Amino acid sequence: MPGADWRQAWAASAAEQAMPSTESEEWRYSRVGELDLEQLTPQNQPPTASATDPFDSIERAATVSVVNGWVTSVSLDEGWAAKGLQVGPSTTSADRELPVDPTVFDHLSLAFAPDGVSIQVPDGLLVEAPVVILNHHTGGGVASFSHVSVQVGANASLSIVEHQSSASGGGLAVPVVDLAVASAGRLEMVTVQDLAHDTWQLGRQHSTVADQANLSVGCASFGGAYARLRTDTNLTGRGANGDLLAVYYADGTQVHDFRTFQHHSAKDTTSDLLFKGAVDDQSNSIYTGLIHIHPDGAGSNAHQTNRNVKLSEDAWAWSVPNLEIENNDVRCSHASTVSPVDEDQQFYLHARGVPPTVSDRLIVSGFFEEVIARFSSVVVQDEVRRLVDAKLDRRGGAAS
Amino acid sequence: MSELVIKGLTATVAGNDILRGVDLTIGSGEVHAVMGPNGAGKSTLSHVLLGKPGYEVTGGSVTLDGKDVLALPTWERAQAGLFLAMQYPTEVPGVSLFDVMEASFDASERSSSQLQELLESEAKRIGFDEKFLLRPLNVDLSGGEKKRNETLQLGVLAPKIAVLDELDSGLDVDALRDVSRRVEALTEDTNLGVLVITHYTRLLAELRPDYVHVLAQGRIVETGGPELANQLEDTGYAEYAEEVVTTSATPFASGIDPADPFADPLA
Repeated sequence: MPGADWRQAWAASAAEQAMPSTESEEWRYSRVGELDLEQLTPQNQPPTASATDPFDSIERAATVSVVNGWVTSVSLDEGWAAKGLQVGPSTTSADRELPVDPTVFDHLSLAFAPDGVSIQVPDGLLVEAPVVILNHHTGGGVASFSHVSVQVGANASLSIVEHQSSASGGGLAVPVVDLAVASAGRLEMVTVQDLAHDTWQLGRQHSTVADQANLSVGCASFGGAYARLRTDTNLTGRGANGDLLAVYYADGTQVHDFRTFQHHSAKDTTSDLLFKGAVDDQSNSIYTGLIHIHPDGAGSNAHQTNRNVKLSEDAWAWSVPNLEIENNDVRCSHASTVSPVDEDQQFYLHARGVPPTVSDRLIVSGFFEEVIARFSSVVVQDEVRRLVDAKLDRRGGAAS
Repeated sequence: MSELVIKGLTATVAGNDILRGVDLTIGSGEVHAVMGPNGAGKSTLSHVLLGKPGYEVTGGSVTLDGKDVLALPTWERAQAGLFLAMQYPTEVPGVSLFDVMEASFDASERSSSQLQELLESEAKRIGFDEKFLLRPLNVDLSGGEKKRNETLQLGVLAPKIAVLDELDSGLDVDALRDVSRRVEALTEDTNLGVLVITHYTRLLAELRPDYVHVLAQGRIVETGGPELANQLEDTGYAEYAEEVVTTSATPFASGIDPADPFADPLA
């Protein structure tokens, strides 16, 4: 928004927006009706808290710490800096625009997000070590708005590992991520969401993938009271590919809510979505996703698979995959399942002398492995396995 | 010496009587073949012995060395010394053979410090490619590889009594020989007692039965020596199957021949 007082202008426009309602399809099954923004305060100056790093064994090109949306530290390897990798606070916050289907939270992000993380990879640079983002929320009634913007140049490549954490005491995190991959570039971004169980999160991710470029976005969600992520993946150049992966595991009264869009607006574009989740206790998960093949998307190949395992009678997983196809020369598939732990798999393991508590652990861990194995960093894989195990430990503890 | 004693076992599946009083005793080192026509209850017998969900035992008893097997959950039956090689081994994505064997050893407080070596040596014995040891259990294995995998686990777990449910289905000649020789060796090395459920005699060429039983209509209707298997090879199960046709109810309207349901009724 132009003008010197653009933040105030966005704040004013935010004030005019209605809160989303569960009566709309977009927010059906969500807990948005329970959110009271008046109980929350935006962080208007840099905090003193710092984020912990569960990936400290990863050799990296850069580490960025973000606390309550503020970039509190950046350490960039000199070698990669010399080759042109740029990592630092954004200088173009005023140029941010509303995303598609904006909500009050998008207006608030534009008004209140401090200068976010900007990562730029010049054309042709293959960054062989990942950039680590530590995104922390201090809890305690804070509304935090973080923004990460990544631009990967033509024939360049980068991987990003993000860890999201929070202190307990309530609060709302609104992380916004914008990814752009230029011609024949490659970007992998994996986010491990390990928020406190009383933190709310309403995240958005918007990406554009140019011709012959490749984007892989992974999310492993374990924390949050109500944690929602909407992703819009736009395959805009011929031959662009997008892989979308998620692991989520809710227990207690948690709700994990994913809404995905795979937009194929150029020829011969491919996308593959695999989201696998578990729900235990009284928790819920929601998956609503749309593959949209635009009229220019001839030759596209799009897949969307959502599988859920239901670990308790009182837990529920909603799964609503959808297709909108405006060109006939395409291959699309979608699949969705919600079921308890597979009885035949249980029987097979029991018949080998494995007790039920152990067999269910093995089966649930194995269920997630199909996704976890596709994260490129072994350290990230191990952290996600550790978080799955921690959930399974709680389950074992509750049962005994 | 161990003994699995099945007495007057009756069981239903979805309300249908499948086992109608099975009597069998299998001792250590013995090989018993149970043969019979399709639908006789062969697989039901194997599933009931291990307590697969969906099968209801309505009468009779099964004991292993005097222990009431039917009172135990499946995993404890396995720990007591029963093994089932399944006709259609289940794929368990993301779970390795090692993890399952280790969990089984842990449950019986058996040390798994030598487990990897044991898996490798068993794999070698039955020609199971070692690369499959790292794969998720049964995922993307061919029918023959799955059966080798079942046999490998039998060797690793070293049970008292093994029930082999159509171990020969889906096996090529080489795999059939490797698998049956391994089981035969176990009957001598570890005194394994074996209940072989099969439709054909080809498995019995290498794995030589001491007793052959014919299961028809949910009962053991005939018992003999190995010669009975050869006789069945010649005559088939017509003698036993005939009765099945005359007594089994068909849900279809009259005019459909249950022996040939696809026959043209107007012909």
